[in-house]
Amino acid sequence: MRSLLADILLQVIQLVLVLALAPALTGLVRKMKARLLGRRGASIVQPYRDLAKLLRKELVLAHNASWLYRLAPYLGFALIWLAASLVPTFTTRLPLSPAADLIALVALLGSARFLLALAGMDVGTSFGGIGSSREMMIASLAEPAMLMVIFTVALFIHSTSIPSIAEFVLANPVGIRVSFAMALISLIMVAIAETGRIPVDNPATHLELTMVHEAMVLEYSGRHLALIEAGAMMRLLFYISMIAGVFVPWGLAPAGAPTASILIGLGAYLAKIVTGGVLLAVFEVSIAKMRVFRVSEFLGGALLLGLLGTILLYVSQSF
Amino acid sequence: MAARATFVYLASLAAGATILAHALYFLLIGDHISSATSFPLGLPWLSMNLRIDALSAWFLLVVNLGASAAAVYGLGYGPHCDEPDRILPFFPVYLAAMNLVLLADDAFVFLLAWEVMSLASWLLVLANHRQPGNARAAFLYLVMAVLGTACLSLAFGILSGFEGGYRFADIRGLRTEGWSGAIALALVILGTGSKAGLVPMHAWLPLAHPAAPSHVSALMSGVMTKVAIYALMRMLFDLAGPIGWGWGALLMGLGGLSAVMGILYALMQRDLKVLLAYSTIENIGVIAIGLGLALIFRANGLLPLAALALAASLFHVLNHALMKSLLFFVVGAVQVATATTDMERLGGLIHRLPRTGVLALVGAVAISSLPPFNGFVSEWLTLQAVLNAPSLPQWVLKFGVPVAGVLLALSAALAAACFVNAYGISFLGRPRSPEAASAEEVESTMVGVMAYLAGLCLLIGLLPTFVLIMLNPAVERLLGVPFPTIADGVSADEFLYLSPLGLGRSSYSGLIVLAVVSIVTAAVILGVRRRAVRQPRRTAAWDCGFPDPSPATQYTASSFAQPLRRVFGTVVFRARERVDMPEPGQLRPAQFTLRLVDPAWQVFYAPVQALVTALADRLNVLQFLTIRRYLVFMFAALIVLLLAVAFAK
Repeated sequence: MRSLLADILLQVIQLVLVLALAPALTGLVRKMKARLLGRRGASIVQPYRDLAKLLRKELVLAHNASWLYRLAPYLGFALIWLAASLVPTFTTRLPLSPAADLIALVALLGSARFLLALAGMDVGTSFGGIGSSREMMIASLAEPAMLMVIFTVALFIHSTSIPSIAEFVLANPVGIRVSFAMALISLIMVAIAETGRIPVDNPATHLELTMVHEAMVLEYSGRHLALIEAGAMMRLLFYISMIAGVFVPWGLAPAGAPTASILIGLGAYLAKIVTGGVLLAVFEVSIAKMRVFRVSEFLGGALLLGLLGTILLYVSQSF
Repeated sequence: MAARATFVYLASLAAGATILAHALYFLLIGDHISSATSFPLGLPWLSMNLRIDALSAWFLLVVNLGASAAAVYGLGYGPHCDEPDRILPFFPVYLAAMNLVLLADDAFVFLLAWEVMSLASWLLVLANHRQPGNARAAFLYLVMAVLGTACLSLAFGILSGFEGGYRFADIRGLRTEGWSGAIALALVILGTGSKAGLVPMHAWLPLAHPAAPSHVSALMSGVMTKVAIYALMRMLFDLAGPIGWGWGALLMGLGGLSAVMGILYALMQRDLKVLLAYSTIENIGVIAIGLGLALIFRANGLLPLAALALAASLFHVLNHALMKSLLFFVVGAVQVATATTDMERLGGLIHRLPRTGVLALVGAVAISSLPPFNGFVSEWLTLQAVLNAPSLPQWVLKFGVPVAGVLLALSAALAAACFVNAYGISFLGRPRSPEAASAEEVESTMVGVMAYLAGLCLLIGLLPTFVLIMLNPAVERLLGVPFPTIADGVSADEFLYLSPLGLGRSSYSGLIVLAVVSIVTAAVILGVRRRAVRQPRRTAAWDCGFPDPSPATQYTASSFAQPLRRVFGTVVFRARERVDMPEPGQLRPAQFTLRLVDPAWQVFYAPVQALVTALADRLNVLQFLTIRRYLVFMFAALIVLLLAVAFAK
């Protein structure tokens, strides 16, 4: 009974943690980018203020907005929140994590994107259409690459559940493997595309023809926009947590660990996402945004890296 | 007249429901022992043999789920057809023939039922024969159907050997190996694959399926393609005995090709029914990937994995039947309400058809294989079979299996793009034509059937283990081993979680996902609204400050597909876009033309057509001979056949 309560408590902590940390991570990336560009930048807590402001502001809807348009932000937010709270961040002991393995997590994010892409087309403006169409193109190129990464990991570890993968990597010294390195690079490329960062999309742009995600949600305002923004922030946190959980799981508290190791896990997780955020900022300021139609080459590269990783693993296993 | 239609559809419903109940009984409660009967009908030396075993029971379940739904839908939809009476006589014949194919226990009954099924559906395709293009589609369909039956009769001829034991039990006992066996299997794949719509034999399907009335389209796409899959499974897994991994690799390759090509082509369409027909090709590809994997694993002695792959395929057979029927019914409703299926004349239907709009959304999410609906479950199971493939000894498969996984993921992602396009253009946005602006919700029989199918899609997505229990006898019948986790009873955990290889390795629970998402959504709505200042304000769309009132300024289906057309289309379909922009000062409108070429026409159909035409030209001489020449020919034929028999002995 105590252990069940502890499980539930950990799951609730995780739910609150990802929600609380996501804006801070975005704030950190923005701050770092500004500093690297020689500006002072807004405070790290600015995203919280933005969200709070949007939540208070009046909601403006187009005349012909349907129920789908009004439901999509809530449902999309809930789907992303669920996905983010199923990835082990500080402990592998999450009672809900068997509900979705890696493939299902990716599909949960896919459902959220499906809803938002539909909502982008609901009012019937050309910007909404252009955003939805490009978002779906990028997603359909990113998903196969993502699967190749999962394939490489699953082939080696025989599991697609993230806690098991993390525990396997913790228990067995994997060493440095070329195929894992390839999978990691491939996953980072996919993550950049899926979270709409430079060079695939620019989260700060408001130049109409280069927008992808921003164009799709152009009509949204008030609390709806707040939820969509929070969802995007959590999506970024999800990918960084996933990369950390699969490739650098050190510090994660295993199931049945004492409280002290959970605190260590929390500290390690904070260190990991700070590192991830800083690296992302450095990467973003050092590269230019590419044309939309170059994205297919970028993600094709990610796919080939993943495929190469899998094939190398097969080849090395058969000798 | 109306009474006649009601009678036909109600009788079809009653028959379908009865067989459905029997199949359910067989799979759930019965002891799964096949029962056979024979009637003194048919060829003089061969009575008519019928048998129901676990495999045919599973397909009977799928076929009659679709058939009974189509019959009820026909009650509402039938009167809206151009010539409803042209459907009535052939509808029950078509259903009966499909059921008979599944029950056949000898080659003769099988081929007879197969041919009746083809001909009845051909007549149903011709029901709207006055619309341009339908007659050509029907003719092409007839040619392909005849070709398919010819392939299957030759295949049965080879498989049953010179003794001519046409009963399935005799064929099973006979091992056909070497070249003749290979030819027989190739003919099987050609014959059943052309009916199912595997690339490159698919080109007739997107012409013929949309030409029929919508409830018949649903049967053809959702159900008849499954009968073809049944035939493929019956022959490859059961009648042909143990066959090499190469056949599995071939099937997996064709499946991967079908999945990606089918959905890419669906993306380029602007007619909803054609789009759905192409999406059928994609789903048949997904099923074929699973079957190919099962054959590969079986040939390598990995029976539990083979059971997983086969179960994934059988699961997708059911899912696709439900989703595709639902979506064709939706398009039928759209057609009744707006008199068109051209997406670029629709828009904003979510306001005009509120109930159909919700059900269409369920269908679109389910077929895009997204959780928590049923499409995701079978996609997930197929991916698990791919991901858990160990290092296989064959080098081709070391590369081939991961590539099949990539194609599967690509097709699922493209399907999501395709159905965002289809739903977004036709149900969302602003109406693009007066018909769409003044559409009225369809009658409640049609909505009721759609709601029933949508409910099944959700229910199966939430409780997939129940379906696995039902299809497990079929897996056991074909492979001799059960689905991995069902071997020793099903615990409560296994009802909650789908975990074919154990909870630690991979698991998914649609029920928990839906429960948590609903609770979180409700909490967020309550939490956020509590802080809300006031009611939302309704005003004109923002659109970056320059909203244009003309609905023509919205994105269209072809503009939505343009990025993906640019990425894939130029290579795969040799897509050519031509913009004809008038010179300054000229007042004519600018024009945009898009040309797509299906490579299957050139690679597969054009050579066949050239061969047939050339042969016909040569043989034409034979029509103008004297009677003596004909007698000589008959004598020569007799001699040749006798010699053939003598040498073969």
